[in-house]
Amino acid sequence: MTDTLAFWPFDPVETTSGKVVQMLAAILVFIAIMGIILFLASLAKGRSGDRAVGYLYLAPTLLMLLVGLVYPGLRTVWQSFFNAAGDAFIGLDNYATIFSDADQLTVLRNTVFWVVVTPFVATAVGLIYAILVDKARLESAAKALIFLPMAISFVGASIIWRFVYEYRPNQGSVKQIGLLNQVLVWLGAEPHQWLIDSPLNTFLLIVVMIWIQAGFAMTVLSAAIKAIPDDVIEAARLDGVTAFGMFRFITLPSIRPAVVVVLTTIGIATLKVFDIVRTMTGGQFNTSVVANEFYSQSFRSDNQGLGAALAVLLFVLVIPIVVYNIRQLRASEAR
Amino acid sequence: MSSAPIAPVTVSDAPLKAPRETAAGKAKKRLTSPWASLFAVVLAVLWTLPTFGLLVSSFRPQRDIRTSGWWTFFSDPQMTLDNYRSVLGTDQAGGLGDYFINSFIITIPSVLIPVTLAALAAYAFAWIRFPGKNILFVAVFALQIVPIQVTLIPLLTLYVDGGIAGTFWPIWLSHSIFALPLAVFILHNFMKEVPATLLEAARIDGAGHVAIFFRVLLPLLRPALAAFGIFQFLWVWNDLLVALTFAGGGNAVAPVTVALANLAGTRGNAWHLLSAGAFVSIVVPVLVFLSSQRYFVRGLLAGSVKG
Repeated sequence: MTDTLAFWPFDPVETTSGKVVQMLAAILVFIAIMGIILFLASLAKGRSGDRAVGYLYLAPTLLMLLVGLVYPGLRTVWQSFFNAAGDAFIGLDNYATIFSDADQLTVLRNTVFWVVVTPFVATAVGLIYAILVDKARLESAAKALIFLPMAISFVGASIIWRFVYEYRPNQGSVKQIGLLNQVLVWLGAEPHQWLIDSPLNTFLLIVVMIWIQAGFAMTVLSAAIKAIPDDVIEAARLDGVTAFGMFRFITLPSIRPAVVVVLTTIGIATLKVFDIVRTMTGGQFNTSVVANEFYSQSFRSDNQGLGAALAVLLFVLVIPIVVYNIRQLRASEAR
Repeated sequence: MSSAPIAPVTVSDAPLKAPRETAAGKAKKRLTSPWASLFAVVLAVLWTLPTFGLLVSSFRPQRDIRTSGWWTFFSDPQMTLDNYRSVLGTDQAGGLGDYFINSFIITIPSVLIPVTLAALAAYAFAWIRFPGKNILFVAVFALQIVPIQVTLIPLLTLYVDGGIAGTFWPIWLSHSIFALPLAVFILHNFMKEVPATLLEAARIDGAGHVAIFFRVLLPLLRPALAAFGIFQFLWVWNDLLVALTFAGGGNAVAPVTVALANLAGTRGNAWHLLSAGAFVSIVVPVLVFLSSQRYFVRGLLAGSVKG
């Protein structure tokens, strides 16, 4: 193809070789920029030179953050006060829509379901599993099983679970190919079209997120459990503390900071969940959430104003959780 | 892997504690052991079975997948690699070969660029004195909480105006930008742990900021760079939203996650393609993940507020 011959690194490419060449060119451009920065830095002398090097090292990062995060963020806030086409100022109308329109209220309700259910169930499962396999034989293998979904993309996980929920019409000799429906058939019940049924379908989507996040919870909490000093456990054991007492009075208080961090972290991730909803149902059948609705409004319905308002809402909802999370991190570091 | 340092402790504890086992200890054992093990096994099976089912399906003939459940594979084992063949091809509909390559093309610069830039910035924040340092650091730190959704549409406009829309550049740049606040924060924390005397000694020997960065800090920072690099690799490889926004759906730029998501939307019943496609996309991050679990966990813990 011609694109490898007449080459300009910002042109679109089609062939595999063209893509590889463009990637290498991009890396070379980047290395050249770094080379210039480091060369300039090597010229600096003395205290004023120090300052110059400081700003020089920061320059690319600050520039990218200003252009790529700060400006677009402010722009989106501004855009959220405009109409669908973005050409007429309508004040807070988009926000009013989010909190009054029937469809949008369903979106909000679903988001509440997600954010309330996912962190607590995932953390509970992770904690229970971490305790159960602690110091057991094959501990690391047992952990890897729960752990692995974390490496899988949300899209991959959604496909795995869609297959579990798969439904075949219940007639004649048609066999179910989804595990969940087959279990129902084995039990003598009717198969069910799971992903259509609101609000049950939202909870079935939440299962996917729990499946992914439980491994994260388990990993962090297991590390916290192992960090409890042995002599504390030994002392409690000599005092005759029961298994439940051990959990209630020793384990739980010791790992409390870790539990809070896990809960908030999963909460933030859940708030932004988009891939699962999009891949499982596309937001149909009343399963949409704020992050998915943002995408639909911005790119499908071409309602820029409402899309921007939903993005801003997401931002506003994340802030308190993040602030709380950082405070807890600080508190646990200070101990 | 991660339990390696813990295992000896367990072993050395056992003979010490066994004779001193109290009534409570026995009670605990009786209470927990059989039910606990059973419950743990049930959880492990529940967590593994969905993936296992799809994995088995990906090796079954298309006809079989459509007409019977994957569990019948064990009574009637029919195996084929056809699904993988059609998924890895590039010609026919459902071929993900191009997208798979795109995933690599997207991921490599999207890891290298932010890690390098953040290392420089973190060095400046950690070891150089200049006015405004603290305010700038807090600002960069705070930017971690901006959800990327807030930035997408204005960024897209910028890329279109800049004439690079539809190429890999918007995706490389976006992933790099979104990674920077977290990367700077993590690498700064690691750099601060390097003893100041090491840097002083290098400076007395006449080393400038460039030499110190490369000869003193970079070798010490390797674990931190690996931790963040792996975290970022998985993040970019598994991303859907950024790719969907900036790449479109065509095979010129879009990664395998986009192709799979579209396939699930348009041909949701083509399980022979979906199953094999899902595993092609899963195998790379799982290999990366298994070979570097320890680093990954560290990156994960540090990166808990990203996105």
